[in-house]
Amino acid sequence: MLTKLTGGTIYDPANGIAGQQHDIYIQDGRIVNPPTADQAIDQEYNLQGKVVMSGAIDMHTHIGGGKGNIARMLMPEDHRADPVARTHICRSGCGHAMPSTFITGYRYAEMGYTSCFEPAILPINARQAHMEMADIPIIDKGGYVMLGSDDYLLRMLTAKKDQQAINDYVAWTIQAAKAIGVKVVNPGGINAFKFNQRKLDLDEQNNHYGVTPREILHVLATAVKAIGVSHPLHVHGCNLGVPGNMHTTLDTIQGMAGLPMHLTHIQFHSYGTEGDFKFSSGAAQIAEAINKNKNITIDVGQVLFGQTVTASGDNMRQHANHKHANPNKWVTMDIECDAGCGVVPFKYKDQNFVNALQWAIGLETFLLVDDPWRIFLTTDHPNGAPFTSYPHLIRLLMDKSFRNDMLATLHPEAQKMTTLASIDREYSLNEIAIMTRAGAAKLIGLKDRGGLSAGNWADITVYTEHSNRELMFTKPDYVFKDGTLVVLNGSVVATPWGTTHTIKPNYDASVEKELQSYFDRYLTMKLGNFKMSDDEITEDGRGHITVHPLAGDVA
Amino acid sequence: MIEFNDVPSPFCGIGTDDLSIQVDGLSLKVLTNGCSVNTPLFEHPITDTEARVKGQPVCLEDAIAAAAALLRSSQQALFGGCATDVNGMRALLSLADNTGAFLENLNFAGARNNFLALQDSGWMNTTLAEVKNRCDVLLIIGTDLEQFAPRFFERYLWTDAMFLPDSSQRQIIYLGKAPSGQAATSPTGKAPRIIDCAPEDLPEVLAVLRALVKKQPIRAEQVANLAIADLSTLAEQLSTAKYGVVTWLAGAFDKAHGELSVQMLSEMIKDLNANTRCSGLPLSGKEGDQTANQVCGWTTGYPARLSFNQGYPEYDPFLYDSTQLLANNEVDTLVWVHAFNATALPPVTKLPTLVIGRSGMQFDTEPEVYIPVGTPGIDHTGHAYRMDNVVAIRLKKLRDSGLPSTADVLHRIQLAL
Repeated sequence: MLTKLTGGTIYDPANGIAGQQHDIYIQDGRIVNPPTADQAIDQEYNLQGKVVMSGAIDMHTHIGGGKGNIARMLMPEDHRADPVARTHICRSGCGHAMPSTFITGYRYAEMGYTSCFEPAILPINARQAHMEMADIPIIDKGGYVMLGSDDYLLRMLTAKKDQQAINDYVAWTIQAAKAIGVKVVNPGGINAFKFNQRKLDLDEQNNHYGVTPREILHVLATAVKAIGVSHPLHVHGCNLGVPGNMHTTLDTIQGMAGLPMHLTHIQFHSYGTEGDFKFSSGAAQIAEAINKNKNITIDVGQVLFGQTVTASGDNMRQHANHKHANPNKWVTMDIECDAGCGVVPFKYKDQNFVNALQWAIGLETFLLVDDPWRIFLTTDHPNGAPFTSYPHLIRLLMDKSFRNDMLATLHPEAQKMTTLASIDREYSLNEIAIMTRAGAAKLIGLKDRGGLSAGNWADITVYTEHSNRELMFTKPDYVFKDGTLVVLNGSVVATPWGTTHTIKPNYDASVEKELQSYFDRYLTMKLGNFKMSDDEITEDGRGHITVHPLAGDVA
Repeated sequence: MIEFNDVPSPFCGIGTDDLSIQVDGLSLKVLTNGCSVNTPLFEHPITDTEARVKGQPVCLEDAIAAAAALLRSSQQALFGGCATDVNGMRALLSLADNTGAFLENLNFAGARNNFLALQDSGWMNTTLAEVKNRCDVLLIIGTDLEQFAPRFFERYLWTDAMFLPDSSQRQIIYLGKAPSGQAATSPTGKAPRIIDCAPEDLPEVLAVLRALVKKQPIRAEQVANLAIADLSTLAEQLSTAKYGVVTWLAGAFDKAHGELSVQMLSEMIKDLNANTRCSGLPLSGKEGDQTANQVCGWTTGYPARLSFNQGYPEYDPFLYDSTQLLANNEVDTLVWVHAFNATALPPVTKLPTLVIGRSGMQFDTEPEVYIPVGTPGIDHTGHAYRMDNVVAIRLKKLRDSGLPSTADVLHRIQLAL
């Protein structure tokens, strides 16, 4: 079947197209070159006056894995306020802060998103992450596997194993967990918390192993690059949420000596200690450092006001934050000599000084970082806000007067502590397309996604231009997933299943020798039972796996 | 004859995955690492492979049609048991969503004590590998751990530990129940400390223990016939432990204050973490309970006691009690799903009943429709959760019995609707 999308205004930064009008053709799920005159068009959509982008990609959203399910179980009252009834094509479920899996898929698709990446897959919890994501319809998914607080790596560092051995272990773990990237959360800190350490600065030693976060970051970033992972090491840094942590963040950026590194939800790591409340914005200095250091990419983790729940692997910091729990209930877990998690409900309030300033710090970061190819639009769903608030966030970025009107309603002391009102920048549609499409696909290393040239998979979102960008981005006219129309006028009309994006970096098979004896001696599962096999994702007939080329490979 | 090694068990809840099992045709024999929970459930023979409608053997297709007819004529069905693997639960939830049914895992009445505490104030918990490598003090509350999981001590305590110089020196304390055997005695002969009391006294004892942990003054010298001094020593042991672990079985608490006992323990653990590390370890993972709750959690947002009656999932830990629903005639059809245990029969009811059960179920009253299914981890591959919430185990297929999986049968019923 040949489909023609006629006359739309195209924003396709992957191909340098910013607002030109041209037609797009779809066949067998992919975008194809214009057909010859004798080929019949089976279906045509008139997109005159419409804005066309590739399907959006959320490169950091907690959609699959144990902590998210704990967050769901913890908050029945939040679900009760947002029940979602079944329809003739959609399953029932619930929404708001941590929606059920089916509703996650529908609501992402309804906003024009076609791929989402879970950033914190604990190796031992990889099965659950993939099983949950297997129950998210329509969108593609994938994830970054978490290392850095696992006892195996820390033992390797204490034993001064060489970088090659670490590279093999990292590559092996990526394959065992079916991941596309590697994340580190509070490097070594989750582990240190198990030894009753309550904070861990960049150069502070783990009491048991004598290893510092800086060393962990360095060996992991080196490994990620060496084994050909496109996505730079995904870093949730030290001292999340601690006033003054901007200095740790700046130090982290400087300390990487040019190695590629992605600093995630940087808003939570951009705090100073100035002012009457000893809490201030470090966004300007952080943005300056990012502008200077081209090896660094970031996503923001914007805070937006209202009820949400924070779910993180960083149980050290989540435990410290539990006193802010609202409602007052929270969970932490130590997990399998592998990692941990902490789940703390939050209600961000615009009349709370800290929350209001967090909001402003996130927006300052968006507006002060020059290069939209190195910054990504996230709320760290659900930690800063549920993903369903993205259209509102896009309006804040694209509409200065709206932004300033909002700012004027916030806690007055917070208004005094931000330069936001003086920043004139407004994001363009093309910059939004870079942040949420082309840039994200490039960052993760997705082949044939995030662009609209022939050969790409036909993940396409069509919007009606509207001066209110929140309305525009809330309800696309059409969303196509692999060429299938899945959303019409903001509602799901078809529910296909997306693919799981992975990579398969090489490792020396002898890596399993030591792992085997470690598993037998200390862990609770046999090595052979730990590794996920492809058929665990594909055997139900719905899921499939896409293996992307490694960085440096000829595609 | 084939021999399988490193076989994981979906039965015991503690994720043993080191069994060796010999398969001879359809019969299984556990060669090594069996236990009184796992061995009988692995070795249970297949005695019937044919479905029955009104007691008469029929082909699977006819049984599916009869099951679909039963659901079609039902105004309000109840899905009970809910003991199966992840794919089975997925199919069950899909069918329950489709038919507007009630749904409940058979262990929910006990698990409710945990969920109520979790949803009111939360907790700090840990997993089995942390216990194995870090736990220096284990406090077992109101339950006979070795009866729950015969290999718990051998696998997770009397074994190499990364962070303990001598794992046999771990301190084991039983509070509120004495152990039935010797498993808790360390290989070097160190016996557990036992502080016994009646189950109905536990809530009071736990309240005093928490107060002692918080260094609140206690004027009484005794609580429930226990000397306060004994509990003070226990509080001191927990406070000075490097990595204490407190374990309990939610369903073993006295009915009256079960959820308050869980909450008392969980809040005590939080208090201890002001200065040292301590974690909870709720026991579960049997009869598919953890699997049911996890899959329900991500599919609906709630644990496994639900109604789809309004077209969307509603969770009420009290109102949707299957015993009450049956007693009050609030349902007209019972669907009983239990793929793990042939002796886990549906509750006695006069309602038309569809049983999707492990081969070999012996009914006092023959159900309207009985479809024997394979057991996950024996007859087909699958996934099941162990007790500690985080870890799903990959189940193996050990024999070719031709029995369909729970998921197959439920899918086909849904298609037939």
